[in-house]
Amino acid sequence: MLKMTHLAKAYRTEVVETFALRDFSIHVKEGEFVAVTGPSGSGKTTFLTIAGLLEEFSGGEYQLDGANVRGLNDNQRSKLRNEKIGFIFQAFNLIADLNVQDNIDVPLRYRGFNAAERRRRIQEALGRVGLSARGRHYPAELSGGQQQRVAIARALAGSPRLLLADEPTGNLDTQMARGVMDLLEELHRDGATIVMVTHDPELAIRAQREVHIVDGQVVDLAAGPRLVAAANLANGAA
Amino acid sequence: MFSYYFTLAVRSLKRNIVLTVLMIAAVGVGIGASMTTLTVFRAMASDPIPGKSRQLFAVQIDNWGPQPGRNSLPDKLQPQISYSDALGFMNGHAGYRQAAMFGTGFAVTPENAELHPFQVSGRATFADFFAMFSVPFRFGGPWSAADDGDKADVVVVGSSLNDKLFGGANSVGKTINLDNHNYRIVGVLEKWQPEPRFYDVNTNKFGESEKAFIPFTSAIQNQQPNWGNNSCNSDSRQEGYEGHLHSECIWIQYWAELPTAADATKYRNWLSNYSEEQKRIGRFHWPTHTDIKNVREWLAYRQVVDDNVRVMVVVSFSFLVVCLLNAMGLMLAKVMGRAADIGVRRALGANRGAIFAQCLIEAGVVGLAGGLVGLGLTSLGLLGLRSLLSESAGRLTYFSASDVSIAVLLAVGATTLAGLYPTWRAAQVQPAWQLKAQ
Repeated sequence: MLKMTHLAKAYRTEVVETFALRDFSIHVKEGEFVAVTGPSGSGKTTFLTIAGLLEEFSGGEYQLDGANVRGLNDNQRSKLRNEKIGFIFQAFNLIADLNVQDNIDVPLRYRGFNAAERRRRIQEALGRVGLSARGRHYPAELSGGQQQRVAIARALAGSPRLLLADEPTGNLDTQMARGVMDLLEELHRDGATIVMVTHDPELAIRAQREVHIVDGQVVDLAAGPRLVAAANLANGAA
Repeated sequence: MFSYYFTLAVRSLKRNIVLTVLMIAAVGVGIGASMTTLTVFRAMASDPIPGKSRQLFAVQIDNWGPQPGRNSLPDKLQPQISYSDALGFMNGHAGYRQAAMFGTGFAVTPENAELHPFQVSGRATFADFFAMFSVPFRFGGPWSAADDGDKADVVVVGSSLNDKLFGGANSVGKTINLDNHNYRIVGVLEKWQPEPRFYDVNTNKFGESEKAFIPFTSAIQNQQPNWGNNSCNSDSRQEGYEGHLHSECIWIQYWAELPTAADATKYRNWLSNYSEEQKRIGRFHWPTHTDIKNVREWLAYRQVVDDNVRVMVVVSFSFLVVCLLNAMGLMLAKVMGRAADIGVRRALGANRGAIFAQCLIEAGVVGLAGGLVGLGLTSLGLLGLRSLLSESAGRLTYFSASDVSIAVLLAVGATTLAGLYPTWRAAQVQPAWQLKAQ
């Protein structure tokens, strides 16, 4: 589903070049639930934005659902992102002046679905996250947990092949966080491929497997801070 | 997607009312100022007789010779002609249609004793005047060429005079008393008011058309006074009405209808030959100098649109540009304030084109609202101008349907143009940076 090989991401200024990711390799299979962990500044979010085609990479290869994404133009990347990827953000990132239904409607509009199809998908997604009665509410009228559920519904509505979650419980209290994690696990049980970035070890152990990043590289947790990129590629596991 | 983007634009504008009001006000004020002057300019510069303005020609001949500083027109030709040239031109029949004319006026003595005598403006001309200028008739028609020859006491009355004297009924065949002469009515005009009054721009160039028209020949016979402009050179003045007719004073307008370019060329040659003939008989002692100008050329030549009005239009449009620059700055601030939302939309699958379209439509909605505000301000501006201008010039200060369309289109177009840069900036928002910054 998601395969990065020797990927590099460098930020350059006139005087310095900083690598956010270096020789970064990972392979996430279809239906997997992978937690990506690491300390602050390790490159977790950069990995996620590159995986989500929100950012370009400097070197290496990236295949999403079998398609090489290197060299795609903005339109192609946007289309691929819209059709194959669902995002769940730490800050929910709901649009404040759109109600719940209209927020979920956003990716469906760009997908070009007709009104009836959009309505059907919105209702289905809301039902899945248990917020069918909140369709006309605005984000400010919902609790943090409910807002994150709306964000999940928005991510699910387009039936993406891959869910990318960036600290999905980072802005929630313990009880709400548990609810969101239960929901992600349920989605995984239903067949969704999920990559979740988190710095919380308790959340990470709820994933199927964990990939740890330090200084922009994947490390083998069992063997200590040793580069295991090649092994990841060979085994399809971190 | 247009309706979706339109709905989003309205929601977005509602989100920050103060910024929205400022943007709309900036556009509205600019549109109001520019449309106020443009409306007046358009009315002044409009084609008064569409379809025929290239076929109708004002005729000029130099009957004064080179005299430094005698007039300020660029080609040093007089804008009117003398009586003797008017007769010479009419007798030449060189055009398809032609008419000499001068403005006059009458004291009308109504048959109805309850109405007091009153004055009306009039015009002495030839029968061709009506067909040449496509003057519309409600009843009857123009007098005949024979009436011109016979110096007949016939009259064509304007609709307002007919309304006043006869209650709007068909008055053809009835008689009215003008300056103590009885004239038989042969025709009643529909409302007819070319703007500007191109056939005589010496006085009241934006004034009403005349209320009574009589044959030129009859007017001369009855010694009708000239109510228009009269210019005499130093040695052309003569005493009395007869003396005035035989002088070189210029006071008569002359128009010819020349349907084709070949007709115009032929007429120019004839006019030149006429002038040469005047030299041969000892009237002119200078090189032949004649010209014909069509309606558009004539209005430009006579500077019917004041240069001050042109300057006002330029100034007001410069003001519009300043207003739009302000609106552009506000739009930029608004777009940058929404960078996070734009980042989310990009993450959810919007490409740059979609963001560009969304923001551009929002700029268009601001323009539309600004245009509507501008229409209101234009109405106020025109109302203010109306109170400052004379009654006749005040008629130019009315909004036509096309002016409304121009105002709205100008507002939407200009604001959309001003919105291009903020919109481009919006489309450049990097979603990853925005989302990382959350």
